[in-house]
Amino acid sequence: MITHVAFWALAVIAVLAGAAVFIVNSMARASYSLAVSFICVGLQVLLLQQNYVGVVTILMMVMEMAIMAVYMVMFMGMNPALMPMSMVHDKRHALAVSIAVFVLLATGVLLEPWPARRGTPPDDVTAALGEELMGPKMLVMAAVGVVMAVTIVAGVVLAAHRGRYDRFGDDLRRRPARDPQPGGVGR
Amino acid sequence: MTLQTVLLVAAALFSVGLYGALSQQVVVMVMMGLELMLNGLILAAAGFWWFLAPDPSGQVLLLVIIVAMTVEMAVGFAVATALHRVRRVDMTDMAADLSR
Repeated sequence: MITHVAFWALAVIAVLAGAAVFIVNSMARASYSLAVSFICVGLQVLLLQQNYVGVVTILMMVMEMAIMAVYMVMFMGMNPALMPMSMVHDKRHALAVSIAVFVLLATGVLLEPWPARRGTPPDDVTAALGEELMGPKMLVMAAVGVVMAVTIVAGVVLAAHRGRYDRFGDDLRRRPARDPQPGGVGR
Repeated sequence: MTLQTVLLVAAALFSVGLYGALSQQVVVMVMMGLELMLNGLILAAAGFWWFLAPDPSGQVLLLVIIVAMTVEMAVGFAVATALHRVRRVDMTDMAADLSR
């Protein structure tokens, strides 16, 4: 009973906080609303007995929202991040599309004859996940590791203040390189 | 708490996120919409795991979704930083030519 009440309370808060992201009048408040929505979903995942995934979701999203707040201040300045704002386009069509998608998904959810549960959860779900990742699903873990490493490199390359394309041009053929302070012999 | 109720909440989160991704102009707000959509996916995947097939391999799918969120955020912020540095813009409408 307590689980059901907690689930519904978290569900209502998660959806309302998610909607508040696009209703509140400052981007700082929007990022905090999104963090609340993520925390509620993380707690719901915990209610579904997936302790590791739930905790990872909560920790990661809280950190992400903190970084997002820093980015908003960085790009827009402190005042616009905290001051009222409304920057939307084609609001009516976006609302119609999102409502239509919800109705479609909800119809499918309610009309689909879902199969009965197969099997039972392991006693220690987190340990079972770890054994799965280090055993039969090692390829997934390896692929995820490579993707994360590539993401770090791509992020640094994109965010770097001055990279090879800035120095050598879009086709990398500019010589000498355009450096703010030329150096070396003959450069 | 049934599979249907979990999926309905997930669908609501996905739809709200879709509205944000379609309607917002600021790049960071668009990313918030995408995050909310993935938030719904996490909940739906957790519901499927618990109510349909609670074996360990199903949780791996959840981890993959979380990694997708992380990659989206990291690359999204990097692209937003590059865009802001080159053009001094943070609005999608001002970078519409990138889609061509």
